[in-house]
Parts: sequence; structure tokens; C-alpha cells
Amino acid sequence: MALAPSKDTATAKGAAAKGSASAKGTASVKGTASARPPSRTPSRGFWSSTIGKKTVMAVSGLIMLAYLVAHVAGNLKVFFGPEEFNGYAHWLRVMGAPVLHHEWGLWLARIVLLAAVGAHAVSAYQLSRRDIRARPTRYVHRRKGSSYATRTMRWGGIIVGLFIVWHVLDLTTGTVHPGFESGRPYQNVIDTFSTWYGNTIYIVAMLAVGLHVRHGFWSAAQTLGVGNARRERALRLLANVLALALTAGFIAVPVGVMTGVVN
Amino acid sequence: MKLNLRVWRQKNAGAEGAMATYEVDGVSPDMSFLEMLDTLNEDLILRGEDPVAFDHDCREGICGACSLVINGDAHGPERTTTCQLHMRSFRDGDTIDVEPWRASAFPVVKDLVVDRSAFDRIIRSGGYVSVPTGSAPEAHATPVPKADADFAFEHAECIGCGACVAACPNGSAMLFTSAKVNHLNVLPQGAPERETRVLDMVAQMDAEGFGGCTLTGECATACPKGIPLPSIAAMNKEWLRARRKVK
Repeated sequence: MALAPSKDTATAKGAAAKGSASAKGTASVKGTASARPPSRTPSRGFWSSTIGKKTVMAVSGLIMLAYLVAHVAGNLKVFFGPEEFNGYAHWLRVMGAPVLHHEWGLWLARIVLLAAVGAHAVSAYQLSRRDIRARPTRYVHRRKGSSYATRTMRWGGIIVGLFIVWHVLDLTTGTVHPGFESGRPYQNVIDTFSTWYGNTIYIVAMLAVGLHVRHGFWSAAQTLGVGNARRERALRLLANVLALALTAGFIAVPVGVMTGVVN
Repeated sequence: MKLNLRVWRQKNAGAEGAMATYEVDGVSPDMSFLEMLDTLNEDLILRGEDPVAFDHDCREGICGACSLVINGDAHGPERTTTCQLHMRSFRDGDTIDVEPWRASAFPVVKDLVVDRSAFDRIIRSGGYVSVPTGSAPEAHATPVPKADADFAFEHAECIGCGACVAACPNGSAMLFTSAKVNHLNVLPQGAPERETRVLDMVAQMDAEGFGGCTLTGECATACPKGIPLPSIAAMNKEWLRARRKVK
């Protein structure tokens, strides 16, 4: 079940592949030259490299992670009552004033985040496709693989991505939120978390975020070359603390609404 | 010991393969896994059947030729090479699944033999140091700090067997490449080619169709020589450094 070189091979290379096909019959392989030519020409380019794409994923992931930390801190203001929460939401719009015009600071953040989401998703898609192509045949004898957080990075990422779409339509634009009132985020939040589906979607997504951050933060450190044997424990710990704090912090809001602490 | 073997049989690179079941009797617990396969092959030859093709050479755990996925684990249940795995790790009556390395960059040649020439081409692209030939320089003229020497040696242990690729769910060769890059890049002898080495070896690795690293850690768990997972982070650091230095 040998695999032919992938289709993006140049014509000249295709000819070379044919030429060496006859050499494949020999049983001794290790050390023999060019029984199978590489599928493409080696490139030192940043974006064409798996490490380059991983670097883009790591940096964009860290930008989103920094945003999540700020986001959860803002969310927790819900426990100080509607004035403080709505006041904070208003401040986000006048952030940077008077240097920045109304909502410019907010839009700046949105643009950076959108770019980060885009870069993260594109590199994830390209790397995933490559990874799947690199290992097309499964072992007959399956064994338990890596940790749950590691195995669910791809699907978890897709779930979180879909959640973000719903979340923006629900609490930013109000498109899918019946009775949405612009400028009254406290009431909108209570409204969303008074529905069973609102709570379910949110809590499941936040668990996915936690798992994603758990493996993602540590991986980003490895990709950016910050990780080493000495820092291993500290990085793992920091990843777990971040994941747990974010998940607990975000879930505290629907739990608060459900238990009547926030009303 | 009596064992049930389920072995991947595939006539050649183009043929369809399948698992075939064999019964092997009279296996001693002191046999190595390869000796057990030799026993099977002798039996197959006597019966006029095609023996199972598998790679092997030194049978001392240092050459990196043997390459079997045994019960889903590269090199089987112990942290060693297949040739150094002994039948005492199994029990009488066990059913054992034996498969070749699986990765599109390592196509099956026959049965359990895969083409690992992709590794040779990665080495050729930068896994060397350029030295002037002639009289050998005085060894003490180039001091190497102890920590660097240890780091280099830890990575020099890689025998290039490909277990890391076989174990990786992405068929990634990052652990192998990082072992080779780190081994030479930390040493003064490797310094002149430090940047081009990592850039070219990573480029060749990607060109061979290996997958990317998702840091599952399967490679380091499977490695018979214990190349540690942080080696990959060390190579990433070297790569990013080289990208900044080389224009």
C-alpha cells in the first residue's frame, strides 16, 4: 500500500519517480539512495514550513488567550451588579478616548482578534490536512493514544469556532437573541443564561476552551522554543492553571444566573 | 511458548496487504522478537511459503534497522529496539499483532519492510559537519562545556530507526530531525553550519511529506534511545533563530 508522491510534484520530478520505481524491488532499503523521491522541492520559506505555520498558530493563539484573560475578568464584573457591568461595557466603547474616537479602541481589538482567528484557523486547517496525508494508514492494532486534551484539539477548535459565531450573534449583535437590548449587556446576559440551550451551549464550549488552552498554551511554548526540560513542570502547571481559571471564570456567570446569585 | 502471530503481509509496494495469522510453537522466553520471527520463517520456508520480510542488522540495538510495530507500539512494549525485545515480555498463548511502520513518507516495500530513505535525505541536507581533511586537529584545542557535551550526546544517541514517525499520529519526523539538529548545533564543530543546517533539514523533512508536530509526545514515548520531547522545542528555537539570522 505504498503511496505515490503527491500530485503537486513537478513534471520533471514525476519522471524521476517513474525512473526509480524499478529500484523499489530491491529488499535492502535503509541506506539505499532515492528509492522514493521527496514529494516536493525543499523550501526554506517561513509559511511553507510546518514550523513556520506552527509559529503562526502559537502567536495567534497567545493573542486570543490574552484576550480571553481580559474577557473573563470583565465577565466577572457581573457579580458586582448591573451598574458596574454595564458601565464596564460602556467603557469598552470609549476606551482610549479622547485619543481614540468612539468605539475605535474596540474595533482595533476586534480587527486584531479577527486576524488572529483567521491566521489560527488557516494554519490549523493546512497543518491538519498535511498531518492526515502523512499518516493515511491506521494500525490494525489500535492502542490508547495521547491525552484527551491533545486528541480533541482539532474538533475542540472547531467547536470553539462555531461557538464564537453563535456568541457574537447572541450577545454582540443580538441577531439570534429574541428581546436583545443594545447597550444593556447585563440584562442580555441574564436573558441568555435563563434558557436551557444558552446554558448548555455556553458550558460545553467553555469546557472545550479549557481543554484547548490546556494543550494549546503548552504547545505554543514548545513551538516558540520557550519550553525545555527545566521549565517543563512550570509550563504544564501554568497551562493547567490558565485552562482551569478560564473555564471556571466563564462558567461562573451562567452558574451565577442559574442559582440566582446574579439576577 | 506457543504464540498466535498476526503479521502484515504485502507482496510489494504496489500490492494490497492484509494481516495473516500464524501459529508459532516452541518459542523460548529467552529468544529475541526477531529470533522468534526467524523461527516462523524457517517454518514457512520448510512449508514452501514465502518468508516474512523484515529489516534487521546488528541485533544489538544500535543500528536502527529493525522496525516493527508490535501490538500497536513501535518496537513493542519495552523501551528498546525490536531486536532487544525478548519473548519474556509476552505470555504463552498471546496473540501478537506485527505491522510495518505506517507513514506516507515510509512506504511499505514488502511485508514489514518500509523505505526509510527519506531519513537519509534529511541527513544529507544538513546532518554533517564540514571539516578540513588532513591531519586531525588536537582534540583539546576545541573545548566543549560539559553541559553542551551531555546535550549533544543525548541527541547523538538517535539511531534513526523511525519509531518516532511510526508512533506519531501525524507521521511527523520532528523528533528524529531535532535529535540530529541539536546534536550538531550545540557543538563548536557544528557552529559554522548552525543556521543552514536547521533550515535545510527542516525544509527537507517537510518536502518528504512528513506531518507537522502536534506535541502529542508519542514519539518520545516510543523512542528506544530516549530522545526527550523537549528536543523538538529546542529545534524550534534553533529554526526561529536561524530564520532571523539568515536572510
